[in-house]
Formats: sequence, structure tokens, C-alpha cells
Amino acid sequence: MNRTMINADAIAPGMSLKRRQQLLSIGYAMPVLVTILIFLMVPIMFIIAFSVMKAGVYGGVEWEFSLEAYIQLLFERQLDESLVFNDAYIGIILRSIKLALMTTVFTLLFAFPVAVWLAMQPKKKRNLFIFLLTIPFWVNILIRTFSWLLILRDTGLVNNVLISLGVISEPIRLLYNDAAVLVGLVYTYAPFMVLPIYSTLEKMDRNLLEAAQDLYHNKIKTLFKVVLPLAKPGIFAGCILTFVPSLGALVAPELLGGGKQMMLGNLIYRQFSEARNWPFGASLSLVLLVMVMLVLMIAVMRADRNELKGGS
Amino acid sequence: MSFFKKSTRYEVEQFGGFGIFTLLFFIFLYAPIIILIIFSFNENSSATIWTGFSLDWYRTALENDGLRSSAWNSVFIATVAGGISTIIGTFAALSTSRRAKWKGKKATFGSIMLPLLLPEIVTGVALLAFFSAIGLSIGRGNLIIAHVLFCIPFSYLPIRARLDGMDDSLEQAAMDLYSNEWRAFFKVTLPLLMPGIVSGAMLAFIVSMDNFIISLLVAEAGSTTLPIFIFGMVRMGVTPDVNAVSTLILIVSVAIFSLAHLIERKR
Repeated sequence: MNRTMINADAIAPGMSLKRRQQLLSIGYAMPVLVTILIFLMVPIMFIIAFSVMKAGVYGGVEWEFSLEAYIQLLFERQLDESLVFNDAYIGIILRSIKLALMTTVFTLLFAFPVAVWLAMQPKKKRNLFIFLLTIPFWVNILIRTFSWLLILRDTGLVNNVLISLGVISEPIRLLYNDAAVLVGLVYTYAPFMVLPIYSTLEKMDRNLLEAAQDLYHNKIKTLFKVVLPLAKPGIFAGCILTFVPSLGALVAPELLGGGKQMMLGNLIYRQFSEARNWPFGASLSLVLLVMVMLVLMIAVMRADRNELKGGS
Repeated sequence: MSFFKKSTRYEVEQFGGFGIFTLLFFIFLYAPIIILIIFSFNENSSATIWTGFSLDWYRTALENDGLRSSAWNSVFIATVAGGISTIIGTFAALSTSRRAKWKGKKATFGSIMLPLLLPEIVTGVALLAFFSAIGLSIGRGNLIIAHVLFCIPFSYLPIRARLDGMDDSLEQAAMDLYSNEWRAFFKVTLPLLMPGIVSGAMLAFIVSMDNFIISLLVAEAGSTTLPIFIFGMVRMGVTPDVNAVSTLILIVSVAIFSLAHLIERKR
């Protein structure tokens, strides 16, 4: 790191080149910063603004202050204008959190042994498997979820096989429930969990394993006392990479939940399509955004703490 | 060397069951995709009972006008948005690589990653609200803006990785030789950076082609993209022409990704 500075100083005397390079760096950052500011930060401000406005009749909003969207989150307005508590939307938010947590747990259970095994392989084999692991990520999420529709539906592969084996006589309903959505989510995000765990374990000192083996003479103990603690930062990163997108999932609940087992993602989408209630959709988006921000803040705080502790 | 090999084998044996587990995991990962591809060649229209080989569904899919026009639409948007995001990403990588030293570097990196961290549905809703509030309605233009935004991290990361792995002594030598930063940049830095830029552009292209959620929210009538059209087809009913289109997209995505992977690894 110091070499760059020494070289820079060797070319031009003192501060002037360093200053120049600093200014150049700031200049290079401008296009991306301006794009993110105008087309992401400002639009998020507009979500906040839209959430406190009146719904337009044909979608959109009327520029008039109203807290109706937030009232709707908790209450149902009766014919006589009185408010009755309504837990339907809270229920959907809680179901989204529950499904996202379950996705994270199941993904972790699948991903951890895979990551450990991959990290133990010789380099060539490792690279091949990592390549195979990343391919599904580049396959359209719609196609990946659709493939589960083919497997799970009434006339799908599972039912056909079970019927031809004589296990069942009538197709059983595998789709349009939370389990089907869960399968779709775990399938979509499993590589997101394997990769960070793998990359922390890959750097692990193998001598530690040898030492642990000598010490404990026990594979399971070695796994829990040595490998698991070492993998912790990767597990944490993987959990965030799985939990955050699952929380706002749209495709899996739409296709595999049949749009009936709603999650926050498809509830929001409904407000901008059929329901034409933009302010309510905006307020729900804010609920999702706040939850995601909380998770990310915990992640950043954890990363800073580890840095302070003097980790690498 | 032999010592290393021996110890590796020893460690693999330590968690023996994990090998079988990993195999099952990869079957879980690939089986659904392979089943989807197999049934795209099925003669029967039920899409799940095999009756015989046929290419009819590919013909049906390719003859579908809506599908063709949405595919061209997607290619156009991915090309323009991928190009713009790669230019922005290149500059962003130059400003945040390991040798750049300035105060806002960490915050800039955070901003670049933001489109990747936020749930897509939130980004989509935000852009929809923004476009409607300022009255921006330029058809494919709206989609291009949205796509540039979420493509930036994907074009940025490979360029940044290339830059971080580059030996800066060559550039220092070029600076001595040309004694002009711009000439040094165009004659040395840019050519060295090219593999990163090309693979970044390719990744941005696939990400744009594949995007569904943000496009669904932002797309206006008449500017349907391929994933949106496929979503409509799936909703209408599961027919094997969806398998056929999916297989075609899959082949294109995997081919481009593999190529980008090869280019990136080339030194």
C-alpha cells in the first residue's frame, strides 16, 4: 500500500500529484454518485411522499396530505366511517418475516456442509464446483421458479411418479401453500449462502484442523469447535444475503403460492396493479425498506466491531 | 507437494458424509432446470408426461409475435443499459480501486452496492413513483434508466477486481514515458483493464435481460420485456412453449456468463 505513495512521490515532488490523483478519483466517482442520487435516493424520497397522499382513482396519487395508507395498515374503515382493527396486513408482514427466516435457516442447513466440503477440495476441483454453483444465479429467477411449478403441480412430475408407483391414486396438492413458496425461496437463494461461507473457510489454516483432530479425536467436535467458529463471518453474510431478498420476494409467492399465500412483495405489487392504491403500496414498501435497513445496519455495526477487534 | 496432497485427502476423509450431501445439493440445484429443458422437447402438450421427441414447441415459441417483439425489446434495452452502466462502472472502479485514496471512498463503494442491497420491489416502486411524479414517460427510456441503475454494481465489480489485481508499476513506467496522464491511461491502463470491462459489460447485459421485478413495475404499455411476456404466458397456463423459450434464454445466459468468466480469468 505504501509503495504507490512512494512511487507517486518519486515521479512528482511532494503533495501536488497526490492531490491531483485525489481530485481525479473524486471526479471519476461523480457519474455513479449522481446516478444513484437522482435515480435511487430521490425516488425513495418519493415513496415517502406518496405514502402520505390520497390515492388517485385510476392509480397514481392526488397531491393532498392523508394518513389513510397508514391507517389502512392496521384498521378497516366501516361503512359508518368507524375504524375496526384489521390484522390481515400485519399477518402478511409477519408471514413474510416467518418465511424469510425459515428460508434462511433451511438454506444454512443445506449450505454449510456443502461449503465445508468445497473448501476441503483441491484447488482445481474447487474452482469447477464454484463455477457450477454460480451458474444458476445467472439463470432467470422466473425460469428457476417456473421449473418448480412443473415439478409440484397436480399433473406435475412428483404426482405423476407417485401415481404410477401406486403410492397415491389421486394427485395431492403440493402447490399454493407456504411449503411450496419455501421450496422456491430456498432453491433460489441457496447459492447465496454457500458462497460467503466457502470464501471464509477457503482462507482457513488447514493446520488448525490437524491440530483439532489430534486434540479431540472426534470429527463432530472438530466441526463444532473449530470449523463452525471460523465460518461465522461467512455464515452471517450468507444469512443477510438470503434473508433480505427473501423478505421482499415476489416471484415465488406469485407462482408457487398462487398469489393466495401472499408475502409483502406481492402485496406491494398488487397495490400498483389491480388494487390501484399507490399510497398504500408506498407505505408497505417503506415497511419493507425499514426492516431491510435495520438488518443492514446490524451487519455494518458487526463488521465495524470485528474491524475494531483487530480482525483481518 | 506430496505432503500437501496427503494432508488434503486426510481432511476430506474427516467429514466423509459431506461429499454425498454436496452431490445431493448439486442434484437439487440442477434437476429442476434439466427437467425443464427435457420437457421442452416433448411432443405432448401436457408438459409433464413424456411421449416423444419434437421441436414443435420451439417453432411455436419462435412464431409468437409478442414473444419476438418483447425479445428484441429486451436485447435493445440490455445493450443500451449495459453499455451506459459499464461506462459509469469503469469510472467508479477507477475512483474506488485499492490505490485510490480519498475520504469518500468507502461511502462511494456503499452507494454503488446500494441497488444490490435494496429489495428489487422497493427500487421498482421508488422509480415508478419518481417517474410518475415528474411526468417522465419516454417508453423504453424509463426502462433503460431503471436498468442502468441496477446493472451498475454488476459491471463495476469485475472491473474493480481487475484493477485491484493489476500491477501498477506498468502504469508508473508509462507515466514516466508519456509524462501525460491521459496518454498513459489510454495506452496502458485501459488496454490492461479491457478483460474486466468486457466481462462487466457481459454481466450487465445478462442482468438486464433477466430482470423481472423492477421491469414489471416500471414498464409502460407497449414496452414489454421478455421476462414480463413470459410471466404473462405462465399465468395464462403452463404450456411447453414456455419451456422452449426458457431453454433458449437459459442457453444464452449461461453462454454469456461462461464467456465472461473465461475472459475475467485470462491474465
